[in-house]
Amino acid sequence: MDLQTLTYTFVGATFALYIGIAFWARASTTGDFYVAGKGVHPVANGMATAADWMSAASFISMAGLIAFNGYGASVFLMGWTGGYVLLALLLAPYLRKFGKFTVPEFIGDRYYSRTARIVAVVCLILASITYVIGQMKGIGVAFSRFLETDYDTGLYFGMGIVFIYSVLGGMKGITYTQIAQYCVLIFAYTVPAIFISLNITGNPIPQLGILSTMAEGSTYMMDKLNLVVSELGFNEYTTQILGSKLNMFAYTLTLMIGTAGLPHVIIRFFTVPKVKDARATAGWALVFIAILYTTAPAVGSMARLNLMNTIQTGPVGEATANLEYEKRPQWFKNWEATGLLKFEDKNGDGRIQYYNDKNKDFAAKAESYGWKGSEMVKVDRDIMVLANPEIAQLPNWVIALVVAGGLAAALSTAAGLLLAIASAISHDLLKGVFKPEITESQELMAGRFAMAGAIALAGYFGLHPPDFAAGTVAIAFGLAAASIFPALMMGIFNKNVNRTGAIAGMVTGIGITMLYVFQHKGVMFIPGTSFLGDMQANWFFGISPNAFGCVGALANFAVAIGVSKMTEAPPEHIQHLVEDIRVPKGATAATDH
Amino acid sequence: MNKNEYWKENLKLVSILLAIWFAVSFLFGIVLVEELNAIRIGGVGLGFWFAQQGSIYTFLALIFVYAKKMDDLDRKHDVHED
Repeated sequence: MDLQTLTYTFVGATFALYIGIAFWARASTTGDFYVAGKGVHPVANGMATAADWMSAASFISMAGLIAFNGYGASVFLMGWTGGYVLLALLLAPYLRKFGKFTVPEFIGDRYYSRTARIVAVVCLILASITYVIGQMKGIGVAFSRFLETDYDTGLYFGMGIVFIYSVLGGMKGITYTQIAQYCVLIFAYTVPAIFISLNITGNPIPQLGILSTMAEGSTYMMDKLNLVVSELGFNEYTTQILGSKLNMFAYTLTLMIGTAGLPHVIIRFFTVPKVKDARATAGWALVFIAILYTTAPAVGSMARLNLMNTIQTGPVGEATANLEYEKRPQWFKNWEATGLLKFEDKNGDGRIQYYNDKNKDFAAKAESYGWKGSEMVKVDRDIMVLANPEIAQLPNWVIALVVAGGLAAALSTAAGLLLAIASAISHDLLKGVFKPEITESQELMAGRFAMAGAIALAGYFGLHPPDFAAGTVAIAFGLAAASIFPALMMGIFNKNVNRTGAIAGMVTGIGITMLYVFQHKGVMFIPGTSFLGDMQANWFFGISPNAFGCVGALANFAVAIGVSKMTEAPPEHIQHLVEDIRVPKGATAATDH
Repeated sequence: MNKNEYWKENLKLVSILLAIWFAVSFLFGIVLVEELNAIRIGGVGLGFWFAQQGSIYTFLALIFVYAKKMDDLDRKHDVHED
């Protein structure tokens, strides 16, 4: 079978599976819709959480960022795993003991305030929508490649699929589908990695492959990669830094705190039967996540090595050592069709020169070779994982599998997030605050409308995403880190934080973060409205907008504690509530009001 | 059952585990990365390895240790479920 037919078969088969499961386990009550009943085992829940968690950003985008940022991209690896430690140690067991459906419900009850609940809903929606925009970028890339169309068409098609998929099922459908999706995506991620690691280093375990020598010769694989990239003027792979070390520190911290503040992940911990299980679930989720995350450095580094070797076929500077454009491989043509890869023959020699023309020393040298600037004018980072098996010349079925895996990752997370948005609007805002008298079926209907609206909005922004998928998602983490996490943590660990303090803290945290992001990335990410420009010179201590959430979080903590000191202490029954959630004894199943 | 004692021991455990969490990621993986890179494991420096591999393995261990220790603590102070 040719590649296109195989890809359609794989994607079709996996989709039929997900939709079949969604129908089979269709949600009928609000309880089912939001939290999947009570009988989900920690291992199963951990697997579903992992699928929920690992989105297009992890699957499609992250290894691409690692490929081009080397050591600098460690922020994603540490940030998106370390957050689970915070989640397990600081939030999950207590929120499970509290036993409600949603994050704003906890904030509303703990801070005895409808206003606090509404503020939490707004923060949650802002973070989740930004997150879905990042997913849409990934979905657009995957679908445009899958359908062999341009990016925009791929995105429209993807929006349709997400709509059908997430509006039909609820959490219960999603939990079981997500287990299936996890299996598809992890298989799709590790199989090509094993093949490639075996090809390059002779070691089938990618985690060990990156430490090994090349299959031929005694050079270490990483040393070889460092050499190959620095010969073309790029920064050395294993030492290049993302911005500055302070930026990397802040970036990692933001992603960690954000992980522990994102509603679609937290919501998972309401679904386990016991407090004890909430702790174990976080561990199991991280086991399943770590399989992909420890493989990603191998995928990234080896993809980079293969890409460089494909284009620069011989010694740098020799006229015949660059790939002839006419002889470019099929994957190159396929990605050119999507508009995400672009070549421009600047010096008219019919060959491809790909080097770092921003490196002044090397640019001078390149000129002496007759090169007139890097001719790979666009290499979208987000294509690397999908293109990787083709670049490595793996069999067609592996390539088809990776497309199916990428779609699984993007869909599962988009669905989980849309559910969090739907529950925030229908359960917290409508039922909880504005229209308590609506029936269950009306609440479900409102939730579905909210999802549809969110898809349309995110799709619109997805046409001009503010960054690569992983970068956009990082902004979402910043917003969650600055608003939700501090409110939750203080709600459990500090009995003195009161209503006024919490509200002031959340507003300050998200306000500072959004202002900073908008001033550098554009108001609502609209190009041209970034009043301070997206340039490093204007960054606060060199901290990039994507990494700013931790500063917002610090401000949130400081303001909340300060304001609480100056205002009335929380009432007696709240102090008891906090004492009660600190011990597991007496936990009951998640209940509605 | 003594809730205050339980909470104190819980906080102590959490602080120790978070200190390790901070050390393997922020210290080994970022702040001290150059120093640690002087030590090589296979083809990469130790700092690089912590940033891209080691920290993740440590996080895993931390969560399971926490789950186990808290389980024991719940029983010791008789605050466990069922």
